[in-house]
Amino acid sequence: MPTRADILAEAARLRARFEALGAVPVETPVLQPAETLLDLYGEDIRGRAYVTDDALRGEQMLRPDFTVPVVQMHMAEGAEPARYTYAGEVFRRQESDPDRANEYLQVGFEIFDRSAPADAEAEVFAAIDAALAGLSLRRMTGDIGMLSAAVAGLRTSEARKAALARHIWHPRRFRALIERFSGRAPVPPARLALLTAADPLSGIAPAIGLRSEGEILSRIKALQEDASEPPLSSHECEMLDALLAIEETMPFALEHLRDLAVDLPAISASVSRMEDRMEALARRGIALDALGFEASYGRSSMEYYDGFVFGFFAEGRPDLPPVATGGRYDALTRQLGQGREIPAVGGVIRPGLKLELEAAR
Amino acid sequence: MTLKLGVPSKGRLMEKTFQWFGKRGIALRRTGSEREYAAEVEGIDGVELVLLSAGEIPRELVAGRIHLGVTGNDLIEEKLANWEQQVKPLAPMGFGEANLILAVPAFWVDVTTLEDLDAAARAFRATHGRRLRIATKYHRLVRDFLQAEGVADYRLVDSQGATEGTVKNETAEAIADITSTGETLRANHLRILEDGLILRSQATLFKSRRAAFDETDRATLAQLQEMLGIDRAPR
Repeated sequence: MPTRADILAEAARLRARFEALGAVPVETPVLQPAETLLDLYGEDIRGRAYVTDDALRGEQMLRPDFTVPVVQMHMAEGAEPARYTYAGEVFRRQESDPDRANEYLQVGFEIFDRSAPADAEAEVFAAIDAALAGLSLRRMTGDIGMLSAAVAGLRTSEARKAALARHIWHPRRFRALIERFSGRAPVPPARLALLTAADPLSGIAPAIGLRSEGEILSRIKALQEDASEPPLSSHECEMLDALLAIEETMPFALEHLRDLAVDLPAISASVSRMEDRMEALARRGIALDALGFEASYGRSSMEYYDGFVFGFFAEGRPDLPPVATGGRYDALTRQLGQGREIPAVGGVIRPGLKLELEAAR
Repeated sequence: MTLKLGVPSKGRLMEKTFQWFGKRGIALRRTGSEREYAAEVEGIDGVELVLLSAGEIPRELVAGRIHLGVTGNDLIEEKLANWEQQVKPLAPMGFGEANLILAVPAFWVDVTTLEDLDAAARAFRATHGRRLRIATKYHRLVRDFLQAEGVADYRLVDSQGATEGTVKNETAEAIADITSTGETLRANHLRILEDGLILRSQATLFKSRRAAFDETDRATLAQLQEMLGIDRAPR
């Protein structure tokens, strides 16, 4: 196993690589205000991050990643365009797998740039690919934006689309909503009774707590509106299933997606962007035949990514976490930018894993 | 060496545990004054009774300071990571039955399932500018359950007691707690979600996988298991 000194030296080398590409090295505090992270990720983050507190600042989290503080820093004081690099520890609570590290180094490369999005994506990917050359890692890509576009293009109510968009990152709830909206799942009897009740709130139980009767009545109204909505067509459900099932090398996936876009025109713009991205990757010497594309990739683990996503995995080592991950996170800059936003893409490498794999070769 | 058996130190859980062992020919009893936590065992040699709070028993089992312990599987699963690797359930004891459930105010007629709770949480956050609060002391079990079910826009708030009162007191909008008959829930105008069962629990005799068992301990354990009618599966 590599020593800590080895890993620190490797992290410094990787950061120097990104500096050579024009990235400015930045540092962020280890303690992050918990509220920001909780607002972004929800309660799930508590299962993944260490929380501590004091009487003065309230809850703080040990930095679970760099992206959020780097975006905050850029939105507060950064000039455009900008590129940053960093190296440091992140902390991840581990509650089930004793072999997974709860503290490890990450080296990152982030580009904030309004021009040429495809090229920025290709540049980040190629920079990480070059840094990990020789390890023959399995490389996977995906595109959360394509899923969002498919959802936005469904012929159904805005409320249903919003509900689906919110759960793109929760595959199980997403599936349950599709079943509900398509009419394949039966409506629960309690809801049927509620929809036909003349005065649903009469004589039930006293109103307690902060959620008011008005809020309940407005949800009932929303449910009634939803009940009068025609079911999602089986054709659209099949197209969505077909999209989610795509898992091929990038050129084949593109062919497949182009065919699918005939029936699912909402994804056309995303498919063109994927084409641009592939050209940009090819210009940077990436062999597309050896690159995977999974439409569902990134749905369960990467909540702030909303476009291109990628990961580098050690072949035959499913026990190991990815050696590198990254993607586009435009929406995160909007959420943290207090009214401002900027397209952003980045990725991180785990130098410790890189050394471990090199030693095993 | 003696085989250390950890048992809840007070209340119904202690009495029921004593009865359960008593029926199987092993008399457990407290000795000394009412306030002194001393105890003795009759009917088998080499077993020492250790009176502990039920909540401490999982930790003591993992530390190997007791060989056997009686506690609810809710506490084991909440407090121990990879609990199956740390302790082994020997016998469900048929009392202390309780379910960990999610409940909402009974007048929330629009919320009967997790799907409804999720939708209500989203609307609540939009209206109130903060996430819907769920009061519980079972943070890990509840969070894992809601994460697996894809419920978002909630937050857990800690409640170590009188959890059913938190909604009326407006320190939470919903609760996740242990209930056996549901009476306290009804009295506090709360209703269990149809798919809101997180875990079934009952008092269970656990064996530590971490404690050291010498030859005598193993013989005592074999005798104990025979008296208790527990099949001896391989470790």
